[in-house]
This record gives sequence, C-alpha cells and structure tokens, in this order.
Amino acid sequence: MKEKAILEMKGIYKSFPGVKALQDVNFTLCEGEVHALMGENGAGKSTLIKVLTGVYEKDGGEIYLRGLEKAAVIRSPQDAQRLGISTVYQEITLCPNLSVAENMYIGRGTGVAQNWKKMNEAADKILQSLDIPAKASQQLSSCSIAIQQMVAIARAVDMECKVLILDEPTSSLDEQEVAKLFGLMRDLKKRGVGIIFVTHFLDQVYEICDKITVLRDGKLVGEYEIKDLPRVQLVSKMLGKELDDMSDIKSDAKKYEGKDADIDVFEAENLQSNAGIKPFDFHIKKGEVNGFTGLLGSGRSECVRAIFGADKVINGSVKKNGKTIRIKKPIDAMKNKIAYLPEDRKKDGIVGDLSVRDNIILATQVLRGPFKPFSKAEANKVADEYIKLLQIKTASADTPIKSLSGGNQQKVILARWLLSHPDYLILDEPTRGIDVGTKIEIQKLVLKLASEGMSVTFISSETDEMLRTCSRLVVMRDRKVVGELSGEDMTQNKIMSTIAGGGLENAE
Amino acid sequence: MKKKLLSLILVACMAVGLVGCGGGDGKKSGDLIKVGIINNDPNESGYRTANDKSMKEMFTKENGYDASFAYSLKNDEQISSAKKFIQDGCDYILLSAADTAGWDSVLKDAQNAGVKVILFDRTIDADESLYEASIVSDMAKEGETAVNWLKGQNLSEYKIIHIQGVMGTAAQKGRSGALDAQVAADANWSLVTQQTAEWNAEKAQQIVQSVIDSGESFNVIYAENDDMAKGAVAALDKANISHGVGKDVIIMGFDCNKWALQELKAQNWNYDGQCNPFQASYIDEIIKKLENGEKLSQKVVIMDEKGFDATTITDEDVENYGI
Amino acid sequence: MQNKKQIFIPLAALIVLALFNLIMDPSFFKITMGLNSEGYQVLSGPLITILDSGSELAILAIGMTLVTAASGGQDISVGAAVAIAGSVMLRVLCGTEASVSELKAPVIVAFLIACVVAMLFGAFNGILVAYFRIQPMIATLILFTAGRSIAAWINNNRLPNISNQAFTYYGGFIPGIPIPTPFIIAVACMIVIALVMKFTTLGLYTQSVGINEHSSKLNGLNPAVIKLISFVILGLCVAVVALIKVSRVSSINYSVIAKDIEMDAILAVALGGNALSGGKFNMAASILGAYVIQFLTTTLYKFKVRSDALPAYKAVVVILLVVLSAPIVRKKLSELAKKLKPAKKEVA
Repeated sequence: MKEKAILEMKGIYKSFPGVKALQDVNFTLCEGEVHALMGENGAGKSTLIKVLTGVYEKDGGEIYLRGLEKAAVIRSPQDAQRLGISTVYQEITLCPNLSVAENMYIGRGTGVAQNWKKMNEAADKILQSLDIPAKASQQLSSCSIAIQQMVAIARAVDMECKVLILDEPTSSLDEQEVAKLFGLMRDLKKRGVGIIFVTHFLDQVYEICDKITVLRDGKLVGEYEIKDLPRVQLVSKMLGKELDDMSDIKSDAKKYEGKDADIDVFEAENLQSNAGIKPFDFHIKKGEVNGFTGLLGSGRSECVRAIFGADKVINGSVKKNGKTIRIKKPIDAMKNKIAYLPEDRKKDGIVGDLSVRDNIILATQVLRGPFKPFSKAEANKVADEYIKLLQIKTASADTPIKSLSGGNQQKVILARWLLSHPDYLILDEPTRGIDVGTKIEIQKLVLKLASEGMSVTFISSETDEMLRTCSRLVVMRDRKVVGELSGEDMTQNKIMSTIAGGGLENAE
Repeated sequence: MKKKLLSLILVACMAVGLVGCGGGDGKKSGDLIKVGIINNDPNESGYRTANDKSMKEMFTKENGYDASFAYSLKNDEQISSAKKFIQDGCDYILLSAADTAGWDSVLKDAQNAGVKVILFDRTIDADESLYEASIVSDMAKEGETAVNWLKGQNLSEYKIIHIQGVMGTAAQKGRSGALDAQVAADANWSLVTQQTAEWNAEKAQQIVQSVIDSGESFNVIYAENDDMAKGAVAALDKANISHGVGKDVIIMGFDCNKWALQELKAQNWNYDGQCNPFQASYIDEIIKKLENGEKLSQKVVIMDEKGFDATTITDEDVENYGI
Repeated sequence: MQNKKQIFIPLAALIVLALFNLIMDPSFFKITMGLNSEGYQVLSGPLITILDSGSELAILAIGMTLVTAASGGQDISVGAAVAIAGSVMLRVLCGTEASVSELKAPVIVAFLIACVVAMLFGAFNGILVAYFRIQPMIATLILFTAGRSIAAWINNNRLPNISNQAFTYYGGFIPGIPIPTPFIIAVACMIVIALVMKFTTLGLYTQSVGINEHSSKLNGLNPAVIKLISFVILGLCVAVVALIKVSRVSSINYSVIAKDIEMDAILAVALGGNALSGGKFNMAASILGAYVIQFLTTTLYKFKVRSDALPAYKAVVVILLVVLSAPIVRKKLSELAKKLKPAKKEVA
C-alpha cells in the first residue's frame, strides 16, 4: 500500500443481471483527506460504496485496509463496521423516537447492562468535542435533519471509524447547516479520518474536498487533485464529452412563435390552499417557462400544489384558456391538461414496485378511466417510445422503477406526464439529486417543449438553473409572493435582494 | 360533517348488531325471585337455541321471576358474570358452565352471600356443597342407548364411520365412550375412520367424502350430532350410496332437531338420540321446592332422554321432541 | 419479472403434495364416473373432491388478494360475513319457518339480496379502513366479533333447514353435469375476475394505491375509493361462498359455518407469494394457493390424520414457505445452485 493510504480498493468487479456495474475500478483513500466520488447516476458510485460496506458482495478484486496484512473480507455491513468503515446516508437511518445518546450506542453491544447515566455522559462528551449542538438526552426527532446527520457521524466517530462515507449528506440541508457539517468534516480530517464524500453539488466538492475520483459507466476515469481539475473539466469527465457552454442553452432554444403566444393558458386569482400559503395571483402564457423561486420552505411548492389541487384549495378562482374552471382534486387539474411532477420523487412520484411501463402509463390511464385499459401491446409501445425519447436507462420496460437510478426514475415520471399531453406542465425540483448530464437534458427538454407551445412552470433550488430556463420568476418569501422578475431584472443579485426584502417596490 | 354522519351511521349499525347478542338487564322488583342465568352462546347449536328459548319462556315475570341473562362460551367471562350477579343480589344463579374447572372460589362467594346455585346441562369440578342441584343429561347414557340400539340391528358386521364433536366436550366424551367400548369388546365391530368434525356439517361431509374416495366399505355412520349426520348424508348422496331404513348405510345422529326427526320419519335416517334441552321446568320445580323450605331428595337430577328409531317414530314424537 | 416467478411457489408446493400422494398411494389420482343418488352421472375421486371443496377458498382468495393489495392488510371477518350472507339467504328462502321443503322465494332473489347485504358489510369494513384509516385487521375485528351474532339475529336464532332437492344443486351437482357445481362457480368467478382485470384497470389501480398512496393521489386516483371497492368485491365473493356453503348442507350453523376460513384465505394469498403488506399481486398464484391448502387438507384426511391436528400441519407449511421465501434463504439457495452447476458439468 501507498504511504498514508488507509484504504485501497483494487480491480473491483461487480455485475448485476444484464449490467456490468463496476469494471476494474481502483480507489485509494489516504488518512486525513476528503475524497469526492463523482459520476453521473448509474456511473457506479453507489455500487462501489455498497461493495465497500458489505451490502453487495464483489465479483472480483481486493480491498486492503491499513493494519491488515491480507485483503479484507467484507461480507456484511457489520464486517465493515468492525473494520472501521462507517456510512452516513442521505436518509437518516437512526431511530427518531430514541434519544440522541441511545442512537449513538444502540446495537453496539457495549455491555449488556447499559448504564444510562454513563451513556449520556459519554455521549455528551463526544458531542461537545465535535461541537455538535445537541444534548444526549434529547429525543432525536426534535433535532434538525442536519443535527441528526451529525449525530450519525458522531456515532461513527465514536466507533473509531477510519473510513467515513458520507452519501449525499447535504441534499436536505440549508447553507448554514452545510457550513456546520463542513466544520465537522474538517475537524475529523485533523483527526486523521479519511472521508469519502458523494454529492451532486459541484460547489461543495470544490469547497471541502482534496481529491476527486471520477467514475463513468462503471469504469474508472481517473483520480485528480482538486486544484488540477477545474469545474468544466470535471463535468466533461463525468459526461465523457466536451461540454458546450452550459449557460448557453437558453439562447440556443427557439421561442414559441404561435399566434396565440400572448394568451394566458392558466390564470389564478387569490388562490389559497390549506397548506399555509397566503393567497396569490398567478398566470402563465402559452409557450412560456416561468418559475417560483425562494428559499426552502418559502412556499413555492405549496403554490404549485394549490394549482394542481394536490392540497385542499380553500379560496380563489382559476381560469384555463380564459374559461373558469374548478380544481378540487388532482384529477380535475389533469382533465384540464395540467400536469405536475412532484418535489419528493420517492414519496409522491414513483410507484416503486410497479414496472417502468406501468409508471409511464399511470396518469394517462387514470385519465382514460377505469374501463379503457391500455392493452399490453399499446402500453409496451408507448413505454418503449418514451424510454427511447428520454433515453431512460433501464434493462427493460418490465423492470420495477425502484431499481432504476434517481435520474432515470425522474425521467420516467417526466415521461408519465408527457404522455398525458398536457398544455401546462409543472415541474417541482425535477433536477434534484440527479446528475449533471441528466440535468442539462431535462433543461433542454423543457425549453424544447416550450418552443412547441407547452407552458412550463419550473422550480429549482439552484438559481442558475432557473435563470437558464425561465423567462419570468415569481419570488417568494415566508409563504407569500413578494415579487416578480423578468427580462433584465433576472440576475442572481436581483433575486437575492428580492428574497431578502430589497425588492419591496415589487411586493404585492 | 359528512364524516360525523358516517360515524353515527356506523355506530348505529354496530348497535343493531349487538342487540342480537345482548341480554335483558336485571330490574329490581318486589317479590319476584331474582335469578341470574349464565348460559353458553345460544348460536352455538340448535340444542343451545332450544335450551335458551325454554329458559326465556320459563323465567318470566308472569311466572314470578326477575331474570337476567349472560352468555359466553368462555369460562372467565362466565365467572365475571357470576360475580356481577352476586353483587346484584340475585337469589339464584343458574349456570351452564363453559368449562368444568375454576368455579370453586366464585361459588364460595355465592354461598357466603346467600346466593343459591343450580347447575344445568353441564356439571363442574367443584364440591357438591357449593351448589343446590345439578340438572344434567347423562351423555354416557345417551351413547349407551344409541350403541345398544345399534347392537339390536344385528348386522353381520359393523363397519363404522365415527364422526366426533369437538374433542373433550362432555357430549363428545359421553357419546364416543360407549361406541369405543363396544368396538374394543366385539371383533365384529370396527371403525373405518374416527375423526372429529367439530360439530361442523361441512367437515363431516369432507371426512365421509375422503372415505368414499378411498373406496373403503362401511355400513354405519355414527355422527355425534344431527348437523354432522346431515353433512355425512350429503356426501353419500353424491356417491349414490343408499342410506336409511333397509338401505346400505345406517345413519345415526343426536340432539333430535325437528328436521332430523323428519328425516327419521321419512326413513332416510335410522336413529336419533335425544339430548334434552328443556331443563327449565326441572329448575322451576326445584326453586319452588327450595322456596317452600323443602329438602331435595337428590342433588343430581338426570333428565329423561329418549332414542328414536325410524321404524317406530310418530308424528307426535316429531312435534313434541323436535327442537 | 418477480410477478411471474411468484406462481412457482404454490406450484412447487402442489407438485410436492402430488408426488407424495403418487408415491404413497397412486389411486389418489383415480377419477371415476358414477351415478349419484338422483341417478345422474357424476365424477368422483380425491382430485374431484379437492376441486370441489377448495372452491369456496379459491373464491375468497380472489377478494382477499385485492383487499390485501389495496389496503396492505387483511379482512379477518370473511367467515362471519359468510354466516351473515348465508343467514340472509335462508331468511329469504324460508321466511319465518324453521323447516321448509317449498322455497318461499327463488334462489336467485335470495342470492341477490345476500349479495347486497354482504357488499354492504364489505363497504362497512371498507369505510372504516379507507376513510377512518383504521388498520384493516382491527377494523374487520369488529365484524369478526359481532358477525355471527348478527347472523343468528337475522333468523331470530332459528337454524332454518331446507329439504328441497333443487337447492342442493349449488353445493352438489346440477343434473346432467358431472362436474361439481362449486367448482363451476369458482371457475366462473375466476373468468369474471380475469375479464375484469383485462377490461378494466382494477389491477393497476389497486397495486398503485397499495404501493404508494401519495403518488396515486397525485396521479388522479382516489385511494379511499379504490380500497372501498376492493372490500366491496370481497363482499361479493363472500355472498357467492355463502351460497355454496349453505347449499352444501341445506342449513346453517352460525357458529361453525365457514369457521376459520379467513385464516385459510389469508394463507392462500401468502402461499401465492403475495406480500401481505400490499402492493403487487398475482391473482392466479393466490387461487392456486387456495387449492394447495385444500390439497393438503384432503391428503391429510385421506391418510386419516386427526382432523383437529390439521392446523398444526398448516402451520408447518406456513413456516416452510415463509422461510423459503425469505431473501436470505433465497440468496443462499441460488448460491448453492451456482456451486452445484459447475460440479455437475465436471461429472459429465
């Protein structure tokens, strides 16, 4: 092994029926470094992590750990933990109804008769030493997601982990929380822990990481020092092609130029749902792409949910193509050719055990009613058509959607709504948690659809993404619409100041 | 609003359902004799239905009684009902126990409180001093009567399908005992199969069906109640095996349901043993004696029970003894 | 993929049982044509008995599969509901008399009324589950407890008895047709459900609701209605079963009719490899599961195993199946199979 290396994975192979997930992948982690593992969805990041943590058994290759003479045998997560490899996942895997201390010590077999007092004291000590603002006796669910994640890390630290894997830890954190987490990571670095960091946020990679290993299609692209690899190159390495300037996609796109381009496809007045948003007005023209922006929790999702009837509408009136309509339930919106891709893909979007095909036809099937089922041939035909159109990577249309990668799941949901041929499409965070390549594909698709006359509302946490796609932005703060920006006003700074309250002249 | 209405309707539905199994509440009144009657669930069988009906007809205000009823197939529930009746100050507790064991302490409580206990239909494992009287059927005797009748048929060979009730019940033990003894004693008697159908007609049908399917020959079906005999006959009909008086297979049942006696009358069945459910009149008599300060000549009263033969049964028998 | 594999579980169980019988006594498979007491040709033999007696379970398995898929829980009140539906039927057929030979109403009328009643009780369960969001087992516990008393109350505690040849046809044989009527009814139910699955979207909707209620809602479905429908369909199955059961013995015994059938129906669904937590289902596998249970029962009767020991044998089967279908065991088995394959080649 190399000097300072604490983990070396050599020539790892792993395949699943029909897919070679990993081919001859090498990975080295040194002590005291934060090492980003990058790649598109389906590149093999998760598989590599799962091989390392014993969730999957590898087909070939060896794993060496410092202090072990022979190759390590990792057959189960317990083996991995014993060898000092700990993982903190995006979804908290702790027990929310136990205390912080209990969560830190549960299942570790530190003596049969647990001494509660001692346990709490020990836990408090660790929390303090890591500067985590939580009390040992506190119930875990009373902590924020960030703190919960830190507790999971503290647990790992206390188990004397040498290798800490952070799998998308920041996707549900706000900026302050991310900063806190990074503080903790730097602290661990000093202690000599090697950290493997999996994320989609490029900014974060460049803020915290020392090295980057890039995977593509199950193969190793290379290992790079962070200073040697500018962003654009990283993205092109991940995608495997030289990238046209990403910010240019909007200027490439054609505008919709139909005669009816000025007509409001959808109008809402004083719309209010029971999800706690203030009444708001909203309209969208034919072929227009607009967006709701604001901080997490500012009410942008609630607005579009109110439009779609996903939350209970308690006030206001809506018009579709100038005609007053009533939307009480999602089916009412669907019948009026409105489609909605929800924010939480797992909870609200996919129907996990159903096949890709059934997931694609679902909404259209509901629209067609219970007595006009798709025939098998028909369903296969449209499924194949959209799999091809959106380049969905799946073994077959019969594969359960839950076994697809996040980006491909999102494409299936997109396919579902495109199949219903809406004239107003609402996309709530369609690019969250998916790789850069797919992100750009989706953005391009949105602009293409708009140029063909579809109206699209696009919501994203990444402002530059919205700037690239939208021609008008509705800005929200504290569950209230506080401004609207378009044309030259659409800049990062202007958005920031509007959100922060600098754009008061536009408010209400 | 909608939901409230819905829940109201649901509650109403439930209430209607409960009426079916609820009993009347005890009311305090002057010189009526207050009795608490603890019985098994009247839906258990036709026997129980008839038994409960006769109790309800006997213990009325017109006849000088203030009766409360409690039904359960579970011993512990019965015991708590007994405790309640003692608290309510009943004069008598009439008890048909679900289980034979576990009654000592509550019966002692009753004695201390001056509540007299009369057992009916079923005996219990408790000291005789704890109750005034016990009016029972002698199930063993029912079995003997039936087996004796069967002996009297003078078949050259007895190949019997024996369908038992729920194992361990007094009726099953009594009715099985006599047959088992006879089969053991006489080489000419054999059991083709001996299975419990748990008083269930369908199960009996399946048991007989399996014997028919296996091709074994038999000439007697000894079913420990009428329902099971009926199920057995249904299986015979499917296979065109004749049954009844002068036919291939002798059918025997118990309990004397009216419809069963009609089958006897039509000579489709051969024998039905009575299990007298009409203890009410016996109990009434005993209570009157006790109220007059008379002494009972014997604690255990065994009821008269008959066995009916298809060749001799009359229409009056069907009317009088059918339940 | 998994959906199709599923049917191998009950199929394998069926083959094991069949092989066992073949080795122990080949006459088990003999089917003969003979006359019944009415003088018509009918089929008989253990296999026919299985098809005959398993009908009720197979029909209930249809409804139970749908309820399981949509609600992620089971209806434990079907036995009690059969008692109610049967009681209603006899109430209509017998009026207030305890024993009749002339039916007071056509059987079809009695059956239809029983259907309505059973579907109402199914709707009662469904409303508790779908609108009040009570756990299915808890919600149906109510009817499970009260059902048989309600059944008795409908007939005023009488146990009506019918002596009418025509009424026995539904649980026996229709003159001139050598196949047991219950089996014909069961097949009819299967055809109906197959057509419903083909010509409506019931399958997609129930699975979708069972897997992910939230996204079903956002796709325009009303999960509560779908759940309610599944319970009502089960109610219809209950009414059909009640007709067969009551006809088999031409009378009713409220406390023992269809006793414990709910557990067998749930077992059939599980035997079919369907997740009891809802979601994806395979209807054919459930139905096959029902016949496996009956196959087992008939086999045990045939070998004169004490019938009160039957539940113990069923328990053994359940344990075996649950263990065999556990992911860990499956993984080990597939590894074992991999190891064995090259070994075989070497031998060859």
